[in-house]
Amino acid sequence: MSDVPANVPRGDLWSRFRASPVAMSAAALTVLIVGAAILAPLIASQNPFDPAALNLANGLFPPSWLPGGDARFLLGSDDQGRDMLSALLYGSRISLLVGLGAVVFAAVMGVAIGLVAGYAGGWVDTLAMRLADVQLTIPAILIALMVDGLARATLPQATHDAVAIYVLIFSIGIADWPQYARVVRAATAVQKTLGYVSAARVMGVPAPKIVLTHILPNVLTSVMVLATLGLALAIISEATLSFLGVGMPPTAPSLGTLIRIGNNFLFSGEWWITLFPSLTLVLLALAVNMLGDWLRDALNPKLK
Amino acid sequence: MKYLPIILAAVLLLAAPARAENVLRWASQGDAFTMDPHAQNEGQTRTFAQTVADALINRKPDLSKVPGLAMSWNMTSPTTWEFKLRPGVKFHEGQAFTADDVVFSFKRALMPTSDMKDLIASVADVIAVDPMTVRITTKTPDPILIDEITNIFIMSKSWAEQHQVTVPPDMASGKESYSSRHVNGTGPFKLELREPDVRTVMVKNPDWWGLKENPHNVDRIIYTAIRNPATRVAALLSGELEFLLDPPVQDIARIEASGQFTIQRTPSPWTIFLGMNAGGKELTSSSVKGKNPFADIRVRKAVNMAIDVNAISQRIMRGFAQPAGQLVPPGVHGYDATIDKPLGFDADAAKKLLTEAGYPNGFDVRLDCPNDRYLNDEPMCQAIVGMLARVGIKVTLDLKPRTIHFPKVQNKQTDFYLFGWGTDTTDAHNHLYFLGAPNSVWNATAYKDAALFADIDKIAVEIDTAKRDALIKDVSLRLRDAYTYVPLQHPIIAWATKKGVDVPIVLDNLPHFAYARFGN
Repeated sequence: MSDVPANVPRGDLWSRFRASPVAMSAAALTVLIVGAAILAPLIASQNPFDPAALNLANGLFPPSWLPGGDARFLLGSDDQGRDMLSALLYGSRISLLVGLGAVVFAAVMGVAIGLVAGYAGGWVDTLAMRLADVQLTIPAILIALMVDGLARATLPQATHDAVAIYVLIFSIGIADWPQYARVVRAATAVQKTLGYVSAARVMGVPAPKIVLTHILPNVLTSVMVLATLGLALAIISEATLSFLGVGMPPTAPSLGTLIRIGNNFLFSGEWWITLFPSLTLVLLALAVNMLGDWLRDALNPKLK
Repeated sequence: MKYLPIILAAVLLLAAPARAENVLRWASQGDAFTMDPHAQNEGQTRTFAQTVADALINRKPDLSKVPGLAMSWNMTSPTTWEFKLRPGVKFHEGQAFTADDVVFSFKRALMPTSDMKDLIASVADVIAVDPMTVRITTKTPDPILIDEITNIFIMSKSWAEQHQVTVPPDMASGKESYSSRHVNGTGPFKLELREPDVRTVMVKNPDWWGLKENPHNVDRIIYTAIRNPATRVAALLSGELEFLLDPPVQDIARIEASGQFTIQRTPSPWTIFLGMNAGGKELTSSSVKGKNPFADIRVRKAVNMAIDVNAISQRIMRGFAQPAGQLVPPGVHGYDATIDKPLGFDADAAKKLLTEAGYPNGFDVRLDCPNDRYLNDEPMCQAIVGMLARVGIKVTLDLKPRTIHFPKVQNKQTDFYLFGWGTDTTDAHNHLYFLGAPNSVWNATAYKDAALFADIDKIAVEIDTAKRDALIKDVSLRLRDAYTYVPLQHPIIAWATKKGVDVPIVLDNLPHFAYARFGN
């Protein structure tokens, strides 16, 4: 975490972005995938979440450019007659939604705890950071599996399918908050000792106001970097859970669910069912990750 | 690399003893429920039971009956059978086999927590005439009793008493006992290790009485449950298995093309079907309250018409299935191909029927489906959800492992479920009784038709073959036309074995390892 900056001037961010072809292409790819996912209902030829739209007779078409392909199914179809392209568009939508939701959830929780711990210090700080330590010792995927298992045991199936996406957001998010809490707490502890905070305190500004209006804006850049990097990880976590069969149900597949379904056809020659979702996942995670990497470097004064 | 020869020598030394043994490693998608021979009447569980235990009458891989623990048997009156037992047989743990063990095992199999009680429900009493003779009397003449008793495996009485397992554990309530993981039979293999859902190891029983007639050369059997179809195929292709019970249908061509495996195929006396709770007051999983949509025969017929069984056989099963029109499968006594015709897929007619029944916009219901029991059960259920959605029935799919799914059906806690039934007697009465009769634990339809039930019972006692066959046909038709079930398909089973190993295929999909052979 040491290379995450606390506070930098950001006036020339745009010009540096324009100068980095890696950042530009990563951003372009991200925008492309995110845009396609948002516009999925307009682009997709089929709603893959509507079981009535699927027809077994359309099952297992190869991609349209191959012999036996069908023009209606550009990237082929799976065993249920689901158009792979439509499934990818809708699937990335779910993956992105879960990723973003989990990151926002983790960031809000982590930033809040970090600010309080860093500003208050003392036993509050100790308690919060030990909690974070405990949380960090448990692997994220295990926490996610536990939360999901609990939700499955307590909720009836129909309800569980409907709230599966929130369960995923919560279980991935809850595993990630210590990252944010630690960074924010460290930055807050530094900011607290600076002159402008002391001045505000002398002027009688109440503590919550100092934290929110003075310290928070100064620690947000590092949160931004963490969140971007975290987004890629959250998307992969979601795919892992869905691949293990504890994420999105097969009737509303995310990228991970699609890969899991495709896995059944790995040996039978229907490679497109698993290849395209895997490729989309790789590209999406790579693009977001490279963007996050670049952001970290760009915002780090030591690397200038 | 100077250590290479040493390493090689060590590897060779370690490998040498394993070579001398013929180890048959096999896999399928789901494990046996229990080692108890009477607690669960289910395919995989029975495969394990018949590997370690014997019945009075055993079956060969062609399903013909051969003397097991009984050397001979004859009917002394229409309701009495006498069995001469095999002398000098010992259980795996050394106990001598006598008539007391037979009496004990039959009484145990008739207990309320036994899942075999319905198979031999006609039995009035079992008595030991002398240490090597057993007499079974039935309440009424039972023409298929000697077929049914091939499923009643014999346990040691003293062993059961010693381990307090004189009563079978109740599977529906999830109870376990010593006999859930231990077994002491007289069969060709002994249980060496049992780790449920992980690994089960059995070793050759060198004292098996059948070795003289059937000198098999399998020293060790290692079973692994592998849920994921691709992993199963990978295990087979990479040489980790000698035998795969259920190669995924989509991969059979690939396995055959590798040239290292033999694929055996046969139609099987099984039917995969959907059941509907037609007798309940309301469906617990539906938002329709105060009435039960499935109680209306028009709704049940509409469900039958909305499901395209041909597409399921062709697309999901890739031709490894015969579309079904009734519950009794081909290859079973009493099967009639003229009844086994699917109703015909007609979504418009189904919608019309639903409208007539008062559900123009359909209704919602949960479909309970296992994901590790039948070949392609999960994609099959997904396809059904889609087909029903097209006529307005909104189905929530609940995919569960077999160990959760089966008790749901047994406890009749399901509105709509996927299930399969394979005969263990090669007689239609087995299907009609277990799926049609109200007191069968495997019938969760709760359908009420007293006349039909009376006729199912009549089949069990009718001795005149012509009359009995006519009755079977009549009952099959009436059960089919009640539409409480949606017959989907009769699977065509395929087994994959490594070349050089022979595991003869069996119609009922339950391998007989005593008949397996290594080498040519």
